[in-house]
Amino acid sequence: MSDKGQRMIYLDHAATTAVDPRVVEAMLPYWTTQYGNASSIYRLGRQSRQAMEQARRDVADILGAQPEEIVFTGCGSESDNLALRGTAWASRQKGNHIITTPIEHHAISHTLLQLADHFGYEITCVPVDQYGVVNPDDVGRAITDKTVLVTIMYANNEVGTIEPIAEIAKIARAKGVPFHTDAVQAGGSLDLNVERLGVDLLSLSAHKFYGPKGIGLLYVRRGTPLLPTNTGGGQEMGLRAGTENVAYMVGLATALKLAYAHLEENNRRIALLRDQLIRGVLSSVQYAHLTGHSTQRLPNNASFVFDYIEGESILLGLDAQGVAASSGSACSTGEAEPSHVLTAMGIPPRRAYGSLRLSLGNENTAQDVQDVVAMLPGIVHKLQQMSPLCPGATALA
Amino acid sequence: MAVYSDIVIEHFQNPRNVGVIPDADASARMESPVCGDLMEVYLKIADGRIQDAKFRTFGCGAAIASSSMATEMIKGMALAEALALTDERVADALGGLPEQKMHCSNLAASAIHKALQGYLEAHPEGQPGK
Repeated sequence: MSDKGQRMIYLDHAATTAVDPRVVEAMLPYWTTQYGNASSIYRLGRQSRQAMEQARRDVADILGAQPEEIVFTGCGSESDNLALRGTAWASRQKGNHIITTPIEHHAISHTLLQLADHFGYEITCVPVDQYGVVNPDDVGRAITDKTVLVTIMYANNEVGTIEPIAEIAKIARAKGVPFHTDAVQAGGSLDLNVERLGVDLLSLSAHKFYGPKGIGLLYVRRGTPLLPTNTGGGQEMGLRAGTENVAYMVGLATALKLAYAHLEENNRRIALLRDQLIRGVLSSVQYAHLTGHSTQRLPNNASFVFDYIEGESILLGLDAQGVAASSGSACSTGEAEPSHVLTAMGIPPRRAYGSLRLSLGNENTAQDVQDVVAMLPGIVHKLQQMSPLCPGATALA
Repeated sequence: MAVYSDIVIEHFQNPRNVGVIPDADASARMESPVCGDLMEVYLKIADGRIQDAKFRTFGCGAAIASSSMATEMIKGMALAEALALTDERVADALGGLPEQKMHCSNLAASAIHKALQGYLEAHPEGQPGK
């Protein structure tokens, strides 16, 4: 419930999701009764190890991978950090060139920036088109004999655009370059089969698909050169030291199984709501534009820009009516620049300030969509009327 | 998102003095060099005092609330007083602003200063102290 007691409409599932009660239930024993260290030899430890290995097998089944290719980490950002830094360190002899895009999550872009600024790596950003889509041929052309990694996200967190990663993976493999994908936004709605995708490294985070915050994973195809960034007791196939967090591993695996048990049915239902939301907003709100690709997008993502206004003020207006949403706008993220994703797609900075992301989830209903479509025009109109940039305003030279 | 005081939220929800004054005695348009926010301010001035103030703002919650509060504060002020308005005083009146949002209150104070300076250049007889 929001402050004023009206019902909350949560439309920020791309930020995080509530943990499914069935997931909580599955996790509970591993704190209190089955608390053994999974590396211990006695029965209590063996029970923890069995639970952990079952979780690893469950995840591996969904990814079409081998259990020993699944490395549990503390979060999606850690998975990205391990993939990038671990590859860079392991491939120092081969080269110092990494290929990426300008629309990656900061867990990727800031890690690459550090490799470039402090460790002599050269980064090539292949462009995206106006919908945020990478052209696989650009990736092929960017690969040199110094390239040690291609890292391109599976689906974009701001605009929901899905990248052609299977095609990109094919190109990278043909040239013998490992391919990593940040699949944090794709987890829970898109195909994660690593054979069909052809990826060598893949990052996931549990809290995006009704699992707990504080656990992620990195899929590491056998034979992919990777050094651990966290060293110690040799846990996680020597790739991530630290006492195993069994409860959270069980939580991640349970959440992933639940998400992929009814995937298509769920995606269909949510994509229908998404399309109603997009149509409703575009037809009722003035100066509204869809961002991202119209069809090649996550089933739960409806993202827009509204001319002449600023995203954070839209969020405040929605919050006052009980709606939780996000904006990539500078002022909502505490940065001075507008979203790097939107500007990379060629959206002018001033228009990019007015961004809004509505991301649907399991508990949303057609009523939620109707309510938001009913309230958004008023919120946007009020702000546009207040804006000196809006046509009809008496402009000063 | 920044965490705002109740006063900021209230001014954002119910901004005072939104609009234009077609026959304004002073006006200015100011763009924040920090974030691209934009404010227009319009003033009616008589007898060395600000009789009325209106604004239009493109910006975040803090920018809109600062515009509302600053225009509310200067109504009835002598020009010298209004020229002495600082971003800190606007922020204080709003119950404080998050550190990364202080430039929003600065935008409101600067826009008002710019309008007043333009007025005083055109009306040297209105100089404070003359």
